[in-house]
Amino acid sequence: MKILVCISHVPDTTSKINFVDNNTKFDTAGVQFIIGPYDDYALARAIELKEATPGTTVTVINVGPAETEPTIRKALAIGADDAIRVNADPTDSFFVATQIAEHAKGFDLVLMGRESIDYNSGVVHAMVGEMLGLPSVSPVMKLDIDGSKVKMTREIEGGKEEVESTLPLVAGCQEPIAEWKIPNMRGIMSARTKPLKVVEPKATELSAVLQKFELPAPKGAVQMISADNVADLVTKLKNEAKVL
Amino acid sequence: MTTLVFVEVAEGKVRKSSLEAVCFAKAMGGSVTAIVLGSSDAAELQSLGKYGATKVLHAADPKLDKGIIQVYSAVLTKAMQDENADVLVLANSSLGTPVAAKVAVKAGASFASNVVELPNTTSGFIVKRSIYTGKAFSIVELKNAKKVIAIKKNAAEVKESGGTAEVVNYSVTLSDADFNTTILSSEKATGDILLPEAEIVVSGGRGLKGPEHWGILEELAKTLHAATGCSKPVSDMGWRPHHEHVGQTGVKVAPQLYIAIGISGAIQHLAGVNSSKCIVVINKDADAPFFKAADYGIVGDAFDVVPKLTVAIKSANG
Repeated sequence: MKILVCISHVPDTTSKINFVDNNTKFDTAGVQFIIGPYDDYALARAIELKEATPGTTVTVINVGPAETEPTIRKALAIGADDAIRVNADPTDSFFVATQIAEHAKGFDLVLMGRESIDYNSGVVHAMVGEMLGLPSVSPVMKLDIDGSKVKMTREIEGGKEEVESTLPLVAGCQEPIAEWKIPNMRGIMSARTKPLKVVEPKATELSAVLQKFELPAPKGAVQMISADNVADLVTKLKNEAKVL
Repeated sequence: MTTLVFVEVAEGKVRKSSLEAVCFAKAMGGSVTAIVLGSSDAAELQSLGKYGATKVLHAADPKLDKGIIQVYSAVLTKAMQDENADVLVLANSSLGTPVAAKVAVKAGASFASNVVELPNTTSGFIVKRSIYTGKAFSIVELKNAKKVIAIKKNAAEVKESGGTAEVVNYSVTLSDADFNTTILSSEKATGDILLPEAEIVVSGGRGLKGPEHWGILEELAKTLHAATGCSKPVSDMGWRPHHEHVGQTGVKVAPQLYIAIGISGAIQHLAGVNSSKCIVVINKDADAPFFKAADYGIVGDAFDVVPKLTVAIKSANG
């Protein structure tokens, strides 16, 4: 089986978000980049499937500039066999999906996170599925393969559903599909020499063009209320915040 | 301009998030056609007129009772064509968002999800999206003639504008090939208020010390007609189900009021609640980082403060 795992290169979840160049660029100063946490679950499940089924290969793909290569190498260290980097800025989900679809043909299973934690669109899996004419399911909390059948648990508002589909398939993953994997020393050493192919993007006209970024208005100071006077909180919620 | 709105119905009722989508479309101007897929109560369909739809397409084929993403996207793409709609609007949801993305690909439309306010159409069609899990916004121009937008909670105020809608049976030809996934079963918390749609959320963290202590939190939630949520460690330890986990990798909520009990306020948790209008934090540790993100704070023991708060709310409500 051939598995493709799509990974995003995103700021660590604890990063402070700021913009530069007149609010048109993300401020990378002091920011640590990671494999998208949801993508990390997808990668972990792919590695589990590889370990369970001899002959399975895992390829990772990232749409991003050269700065994303350490993140791609980390995915190789975790256990992927080879990697593709599409040399372009991933500013729009349709653009990213177009690039992934270009390289996803021939794979039995395409896994990625339910969403990237920078742009949060949550749709690249659905778009890739549509472009390739394959079923797509997200957010997947459990995924098991039985021959050409795939059984999944998908989270829905206030619950979950059991879903069945067939390979080839695209899935957007989330916890608890697998435990995150931490690269070991052997993985890190071997990742250095694993193939990482750099390709230029397919020319695509952008259908959604980013103009600028904005930060939310700063929050006011907290009002502390005594634990002996909770009635005061109720009054404030009613009359001041007007939320009761 | 003609806007088509995909309206989700759950247990016979139009979902509140879909009413927001109808009101959003109405506020955009032009004519609004709503579409409902699967069995639905006639009165519910009619009621969409009050929120601004002038026409409601009802595709009542029972094969549409289950939300198969591929099938829904095919029907909505066809409906966009039939109605000559320029824009498809729907609410972000586990069904709506992937459906919207597929429609955008099929229809060659520009796409944006997590849209937080009405588009600016003075020059072009410009939307504001929530990004970095609520920590920032992006301003994006949608270039194509057709647009598909998925809105985030609170993007529009739900209000009745007093109109009436013509309900039309919409017949569809379904392709077997689109039934490429089968929903074997579903499990849903019944009777509860859906966490992503709730106006008030009461959430608990490790400070509650164990699942057996959730009673005080549930009592408060019941008094407030609130949904219950929890922090990541609580769902990881299995004290509460995963669909209650609020945070970066869980549910993102946007209620009027969020009450956090015994949650320290890790940045990953804050990412799930930063769209709340008002945040109340109850924690016995005065140094809990959550207080910095709160509007109101009480330093105290949850087992003492929470029952007192429930009583105070009951007495304030008479």
